[in-house]
Formats: sequence, structure tokens, C-alpha cells
Amino acid sequence: MEILITDKQLDEVLEDVFDVYGYDFKSYAKASMHRRINRLIAIDKFPSFTEFRYRIRTDKNYFHRFVEEITVNVTEMFRDPAFFTALRTEVLPAIATKPFIRIWHAGCSTGEEVYSTAILLKEANMLHKTLIYATDLNPDVVEKAKSGIFQLDRMKQYSENYIASGGKADFSSYYTAKYDRVIFNEELKKRMIFATHNLVSDGSFNEFQLILCRNVLIYFDKDLQQKVFDLFDKSLDSLGFLALGTKETLRFSPFIGRFRQLDKMKIWRKIS
Amino acid sequence: MAQDQLNSKIVVIGGSAGSLEALLDLLPALRVDLDIPIVIVMHRKTAPGSPLVDVLAIKSSLPVCEVEEKEPVKNGHIYIAPADYHLLFEADHTFSLDVSEKVNYSRPSIDVAFESAAEVYSDGLTGILLSGANADGTHGLKVIGELGGVTIAQDPDTAEISYMPEHAINNHVVHHIMNVQQLAVYINSL
Ligand SMILES: C[S@@+](CC[C@H](N)C(=O)[O-])C[C@H]1O[C@@H](n2cnc3c(N)ncnc32)[C@H](O)[C@@H]1O
Repeated sequence: MEILITDKQLDEVLEDVFDVYGYDFKSYAKASMHRRINRLIAIDKFPSFTEFRYRIRTDKNYFHRFVEEITVNVTEMFRDPAFFTALRTEVLPAIATKPFIRIWHAGCSTGEEVYSTAILLKEANMLHKTLIYATDLNPDVVEKAKSGIFQLDRMKQYSENYIASGGKADFSSYYTAKYDRVIFNEELKKRMIFATHNLVSDGSFNEFQLILCRNVLIYFDKDLQQKVFDLFDKSLDSLGFLALGTKETLRFSPFIGRFRQLDKMKIWRKIS
Repeated sequence: MAQDQLNSKIVVIGGSAGSLEALLDLLPALRVDLDIPIVIVMHRKTAPGSPLVDVLAIKSSLPVCEVEEKEPVKNGHIYIAPADYHLLFEADHTFSLDVSEKVNYSRPSIDVAFESAAEVYSDGLTGILLSGANADGTHGLKVIGELGGVTIAQDPDTAEISYMPEHAINNHVVHHIMNVQQLAVYINSL
């Protein structure tokens, strides 16, 4: 029978991680944490929970692996094409008149979403006057995002998503293929700024016309979600937009009165 | 996690290819005053606005809804796992969603939902595996059994596609084999 950690053991590991390394995962939704840690204990073949806990406390390199494995980095380009259609047709036109635009991808993972947004901006002729800030708590994924290098075998799916989102150009014109990888054009990358930023502990660092934070909040408990909404509220321009994942909502937040939701989309616009 | 939980009951149903037919027979046969949650995890296309919820709601006198993240798991409701997310259960009986890697080529994966539900509901959980052409669900049923829950497979002779329930039965993780009528009687008695 595999090792399934108890709630108490989970709390112990998360306390250790906070004490030793300063990373605060204590307000994350527990069910996913349970599953990721059970899985990590199994794939790294720890004979007991105690040994797993000891290793994390004492081995900094293993702690990096822990962060890499318990955070979920799965992402793709133009995921949920209908969402990108709404960005293209409703959000970008509304901010296009600004002389200078700032966009924040919070929890950008390996960057697929960031390059998708850059492509939309280029096609709307707005890229040259936009800066896209892309942040994640995990330094490894931020490095990957910065490189702009992705697997060639994913491009067929991404190209289909791009077309489904209303893309009319030749998708392959945005990258150069080399062996089994592709590298996205410098023109897109030039307008991106990558940094590590922890939504739990780091504050607001600029004012944005659009903040995208998709499929990150599902991993937080309700209190932490509120804290992050507060951070986004502070970081949004007076008529700025906030975009969440398909199953995430601002509905239960006290801020809801100050935002108006776009028809059927997980996009809200600040109205005051 | 299980020890400190109240002994509440829940039914989690996993289905893949051919399971819609079984559900369309099962849901109308459930009693109106059923006082436990039913959670359905079905492999399906990720097309947005997929009509699965509507199709099932027409057949049911209990409220049918797609799961929202952090929503409480309420008795007398039928919940459908959303496409393209794994479904997890929190110790305080709320739902969580997760976009991590597919399991058994599937997201939602039945194994993932079964295992998570078993950790929270232990012997209050009944896991039911319906028709399908995938091995998903077998490992989840095993965990349910180990944590004290009840495991049921649809009778392969009555399943549109027998592979999935048969796979579980052959792996000796199934307590009961039932056709849809028997499933309804069983759930109505909980
Ligand atoms: C599932 S990915 C989402 C990627 C992309 N936004 C999408 O929807 O496809 C979740 C990301 O959130 C990041 N994350 C988790 N906790 C975080 C935190 N406290 N601060 C910043 N990023 C965090 C993870 O490292 C991971 O890369």
C-alpha cells in the first residue's frame, strides 16, 4: 500500500518549508498538496514520511525539486481559445487608445500564455507600445519562459488553438524550428519582462491595464484568494481588466461591486 | 485525513465511453429525497458549453450542476466534474480543481477523483465504475477499498463497452457487480 500522508503530516512539512526556506504554502488548498506530496514520496521512493520530511529540511537541492513538483506547471498556448477570442475582440480594443500599456501575467509558468498574448498584441498593432510583465514563484519555470523555447511537437495543437481563437496569420511565422524545438521571435520577447514574484508574500509593483492570473487561484484557499484579489485590485488601473481561469471567479469577493463581468467570460473590468 | 472526519456518505461515479446511456437510465430511477451527494466524473470532449449537464438535468429530479471550485459538497445534489480539470475533495467537504498532467490519458481522471474522495470520506464512500474503453478507475477503486469504502462495477454484460468495469473486476478491486436497476436500488438505500 502506498504512503498517504495525513493532514497533520502535511501541516508539518509546510511548517518546515516555511521555517527553513521562507516559502509559505500553508494557505494552499490541501487536496492538491496531498496528492502532489503522496506522488512525490512514491516516485522518489521514500520508505517513510519521516525520511521524506528529513530530506526536505536538510537538502536545499531537494527542496527545489519539491517546489518544482508540488506546484502544477501544466500550461499551453491559446488554452481555451474562446478566452483569447474575447481578449482579442473585447479587451485589447478597450485599452488600445492608451499611449503606453502594461500587462501582468501572474503565475505565468513556462510562458506559453505570455507568448500567446504577445501574438495577439502584435496582430492588434499594440505590441510596440506594450510591456508584458510575466512572473511566477518558481525560478525554473521563469527561466524556461524567458528562453522562448518550446517543444516542436506541441505546435500542431497550439496552431489549432490559435486558429480557433480567431488567428488569421500563419502560426509558424512566429517561431523558428530547430531539431525538436522551436524558438519564438525576438520581436515578441523584446516586449516581455520576466521575474520571480510570490503572490503570497510579494506586493504590488506597478499599475496595469490588464492582469491575467489563470489556473493559479484554484490552488489557494479562500482566504489567500481574497488576499491576492486585494493585490490585483491595488495593481489595476482605474478601468483595468482582470482575467481568471475558466473555473475561477471573483463572484464571492467583496470587490465584486467594483467590477463588471464581461458577458459569459472570466474577465472582469474595474468600474471604479 | 480520514480519522477526524464525520461519517458522511457520498457516491462517486466514474464513466467513459458508453456511460452516458447508463446514467440516463440511472438518474431518473433515483429517489427525489435522496440525502447524499452524487458526483459524476466522466471522460468527455473539452468543447466549451458542452451540453452534458443539461442532458443529465432533464433526466433527474435532483438538481444537477457542474462543479465550481471551493464549492461545498451538498447532500441531494448531483455534481458533474468540469472538462479539462481533475476533481479533488477537501477535508472540509468542498471541491477543488486541478489542471495537472492527464492521468490515464484523461483529465478529469476517475482514479484521481476516487483516490481523493477515499482519503476524505473513507468508509462513507461508494465508488461506482461504469462503461468505458479505458483502464481509468481501477486503481482508484483499489484505494477506496483499502480505506474502507464500497466498490461497485457495472455488470460488463450490460455495459456498452465492457473494458473499463471488466478491467477493475479482473484486478479484484470490486465488491459488487450490478446492472443499472440494481445500482439504483443500492443508491436509494443509502
Ligand atoms: C497551472 S499553472 C498556470 C499557467 C498559466 N497561467 C495557464 O493558465 O496555463 C500555475 C502556476 O502558478 C504558479 N504559482 C503557484 N503558486 C504561486 C505563487 N504563490 N505565486 C506565484 N505563482 C505561483 C506555479 O508555479 C505555476 O507555474
